[in-house]
Amino acid sequence: MRIYADNAATTKMSRTAIDAMLPYLDGIYGNPSSLHTVGQQAAEALMTAREQVAACLHCTAREIYFTSGGSEADNQALISAAALGAKKGKKHIISTSIEHHAVLHTLQALEKQGFEVTLLPVDEEGHITAQQVADAIRDDTCLVSVMYANNEIGTIEPVAEIGKLCREKGVLFHTDAVQAAGHLPIDVQAQNIDMLSMSAHKFHGPKGVGALYARRGIVLTNVIYGGAQERGKRAGTENVAGIVSMAAAFKEACENLEKNAAHMTQMRDRLIGGLSQIPHCALNGSRKNRLPGNVNFCFEGIEGESLLLLLDAKGICASSGSACTSGSLDPSHVLLAIGRKHEVAHGSLRLSLCEENTMEEAEYMLKEIPPIVEYLRSMSPVWKALERGEQQHLL
Amino acid sequence: MALYTETVMDHFMHPRNVGSIENADGVGEVGNAKCGDIMKIYLKIDDNRVTDVKFETFGCGSAIASSSMATEMIKGKTVEEALALTNKEVVDALGGLPVHKLHCSVLAEEAVKSAIQDYYEKNGIAYDKSKFPCEGCCESCRMV
Repeated sequence: MRIYADNAATTKMSRTAIDAMLPYLDGIYGNPSSLHTVGQQAAEALMTAREQVAACLHCTAREIYFTSGGSEADNQALISAAALGAKKGKKHIISTSIEHHAVLHTLQALEKQGFEVTLLPVDEEGHITAQQVADAIRDDTCLVSVMYANNEIGTIEPVAEIGKLCREKGVLFHTDAVQAAGHLPIDVQAQNIDMLSMSAHKFHGPKGVGALYARRGIVLTNVIYGGAQERGKRAGTENVAGIVSMAAAFKEACENLEKNAAHMTQMRDRLIGGLSQIPHCALNGSRKNRLPGNVNFCFEGIEGESLLLLLDAKGICASSGSACTSGSLDPSHVLLAIGRKHEVAHGSLRLSLCEENTMEEAEYMLKEIPPIVEYLRSMSPVWKALERGEQQHLL
Repeated sequence: MALYTETVMDHFMHPRNVGSIENADGVGEVGNAKCGDIMKIYLKIDDNRVTDVKFETFGCGSAIASSSMATEMIKGKTVEEALALTNKEVVDALGGLPVHKLHCSVLAEEAVKSAIQDYYEKNGIAYDKSKFPCEGCCESCRMV
């Protein structure tokens, strides 16, 4: 038995996405920039894909720029907004402390180039408010970048409110929607979103392809120079098969969004309810404002990587925010930002579901996880010290 | 998982010498929960020989495997032999560790040394302090 509960890391490609891709690997392999028939067929497929993605986001096809994924889209959005701001002498950027590293590290690079970055703190559930953004906006603010939903703890941010505020203030608003696209309803017009990043492999599309939406009138800065692809803003022969596949997967995800969300929410809530029974644990993120497939807990007295290895031995694929799983010494910056202490943040577990998971799988996980936590605690000197009362329980 | 060798996985899945020893002759605890690793080693020493050893570890797969292997390696050895155990020997016995996990083996070596130091202190045995790591020092974590 293998239960894949790491869909926030990546998803299995859907049959629809694979089938959509195959003709462009096999028969229609032309370069969309070529004049001949097979090239023009590829160009047409690209146009159709662009229209499909645009329709799902409620924008026009010319506002969609295909990229190599979410990280590139985030990089280009931030770099472009910064360049536009700098032209007007505006070099202040507002973002949050729980953004993905694709945003945070781009902001660090911009800081080195003389931009000033304000990272807003979040509450203990991972929320920021439009009021926090309003209070942080200055005359020289050129960009607000707030993620649509957090990849680790699943908290959904008030994107529409922030969008409205930014539009009123005349500040560009970007949202990293990598975890939201295909899972939460998105309407870039109604939500006043100026730029949005998305990635295909988070909604059963292929890896290595994503898109940046940039509202008409926003002049993008190239991250990759070369040919005139993507209206001259992103050089390189298009990943036609990947793009077509992404569009098919996105369309399918958006068409089934409500149905899938209802099913995932049911499993999510069963898992949250069941895992909450484990003593000295805590749910990370919001109970209500939460991605339908996200479950994230901290278990006191244990370390996340050993938990993952034991879960893997039981056929459960999950992830953790522990330092040992990140290759650094610090646990997840998101867990620290919501106020988890280091020693607790090391013991986190994220289960991220998709519509293919079943209630039976949720029940299996609920049967397997508690004894593994108990076993690791039984050999943990930290847990023993807590039980003996030598240290105070944090959870 | 390909991250770890079969030996590491064996010692992680079936750790040897887990537990504690009541009235142990030496107890050593190293690491820091903030860094994500704590190892505690209990020694029973008779006639200058490690007759029993147990461990408790809070940490990742390689931390648990390193503790398990280190305890196996010093069981039945003289105190001097146990003291000579190096992290490299633990790594070699495990068939290797990923580079960013080497500090786990350092922690295992330090836990053994710390337990022996405790034994020396308890029994008023003179020893060379320079041969021992500072207790609870997080520096080993930074050696990666």
